[in-house]
Amino acid sequence: MTSRLQQTKGGFNFDNHVRNTMMEGKGMGIPKATKTGTTIVGLIYKDGLVLGADTRATAGPIVADKNCEKIHYLAPNMYCCGAGTAADTEMTTALISSQLELHRLSTGRQARVVTAMTMLKQMLFKYQGQIGAALILGGVDINGPHLYTIYPHGSTDKLPYVTMGSGSLAAMSVFESRYKPDLSREEGISLVQEAIEAGIFNDLGSGSNVDVVVINSEKVEVLRNYAKPNERGVKEASYKYQKGTTEILKTSIRDLVDIKETVNIHTPEAMDIS
Amino acid sequence: MDHFPTNWGNPRSEDVDSYNTYPVASHSGTVPHSVRQIAGFGHAAGHPTSHTQQPVVTGTSVLGIKYNGGVMMAADNLASYGSLARFRDVERLHQVADFTVLGASGDMSDYQYVKHLLDSQMIKEYNADDGHTLATPNIYEYLWRVMYNRRSKMNPLWNTFVLGGVHKGEGFLGAIDLKGTPYQSPSIATGFGSHLAQPILRKEIENRGGEENITEEDAAQILKKCMKVLFYRDARSMNKFQLARISAEGVKISEPMSVETEWAFAEKIRGYGA
Repeated sequence: MTSRLQQTKGGFNFDNHVRNTMMEGKGMGIPKATKTGTTIVGLIYKDGLVLGADTRATAGPIVADKNCEKIHYLAPNMYCCGAGTAADTEMTTALISSQLELHRLSTGRQARVVTAMTMLKQMLFKYQGQIGAALILGGVDINGPHLYTIYPHGSTDKLPYVTMGSGSLAAMSVFESRYKPDLSREEGISLVQEAIEAGIFNDLGSGSNVDVVVINSEKVEVLRNYAKPNERGVKEASYKYQKGTTEILKTSIRDLVDIKETVNIHTPEAMDIS
Repeated sequence: MDHFPTNWGNPRSEDVDSYNTYPVASHSGTVPHSVRQIAGFGHAAGHPTSHTQQPVVTGTSVLGIKYNGGVMMAADNLASYGSLARFRDVERLHQVADFTVLGASGDMSDYQYVKHLLDSQMIKEYNADDGHTLATPNIYEYLWRVMYNRRSKMNPLWNTFVLGGVHKGEGFLGAIDLKGTPYQSPSIATGFGSHLAQPILRKEIENRGGEENITEEDAAQILKKCMKVLFYRDARSMNKFQLARISAEGVKISEPMSVETEWAFAEKIRGYGA
């Protein structure tokens, strides 16, 4: 009698689904995933591309992180902005980044953006949208600059300008009014900054600062906190009490432990070695 | 007809009405036990009284912006039937009194009913013959009361109305939604406009340092820019719209117009990635 070897199944294991729905019905639900509730954008300018993101991470109605990083490193020539479930975007980009490095070592060549896009979309499709990662992938390779959006279910779009996240409509309204092909570097960065700020100020899921990454064929510039339009105001007065505000009336010091030291002089007897 | 031979030969079951031979509010397929149940009497079988809870023929965004000397509003000429562009010559901007314009988004039949209500109010005012005519803030308050009352009876008028006008030399611009929430602001946008157009309107007002610094030409240009973005990104919009201008001289609702759109970028796009 041969034993049947368990075949490895792809995707998630849903065996607990019935139990989980029952528990949720009784009021004991799973903890809410930290969603980035984001505004992320990308656009292609004359010499390459510019990626932008806000820096607020939300857990429901609460701001979990006021200054998180949403533009993830993928390869020396590629960066990826992530919207959706924070853990999913973080781990997905880290996984594909490591796969890309192995691929680079194996081929001996600079990785192409379309390779990263294919790896990401095949993984996300395999998980049928259960991995909540909505990504903007941008990079420059041997064929020039490329900009892709990748949705949680695995579909992709290749476009000259893109926005994702809860603030995507606010950001897209800025792009649709002002984008044109062959922008200069300054115009590109300025447009990205305005688009992210539209998301920051008009969308509740986005906020805090603007991160920018500029990629062209020569170099990559990571401009962390490029703009900080929400800096906390400096407090006008100090609430610290000066020394001496509370008057000392009496001082008494009492040792809690009585330390008594006695020294016993004891002549040791010689060891008996008979 | 019962297609399964094993079920032939038995007498037909009376408690299953598979061919809808009599009208029953919710066709659970069971035989009704009384005429009252068939007639419905406002009740779906076994359910409490309910009224229309979804809009049928709908209009999309209405925009409004205050400028120096008055208020300008914009709305396209489309009334959609779900995803069908059903009525393409609908005027969603309607002059009420000498200095007031009502813009309607949402259910068009409820909009027509409200127009009738407002007409009745205007006639009552005329009959009172006391030298007063209804001003914009008065009509606004009346409309707010109507909307809130309907909401409290769990039978809302499924609209978001925008009311713009001039009163005592000052511009007036406000919105009221189906729940009876009134909201006044220098810029108003309903429906998709609240996501796509509001960021642009707010930024324009901020850049110029307030609505007093916006000229009539500026306001028209800003609204046209917003209508262009809405045509690009709202799947239930149309590139045929009207502008309404209310100033101290009165109301002027323009003829239908359209904006130039750019689609040349599509020639460079091939496929969706690979």
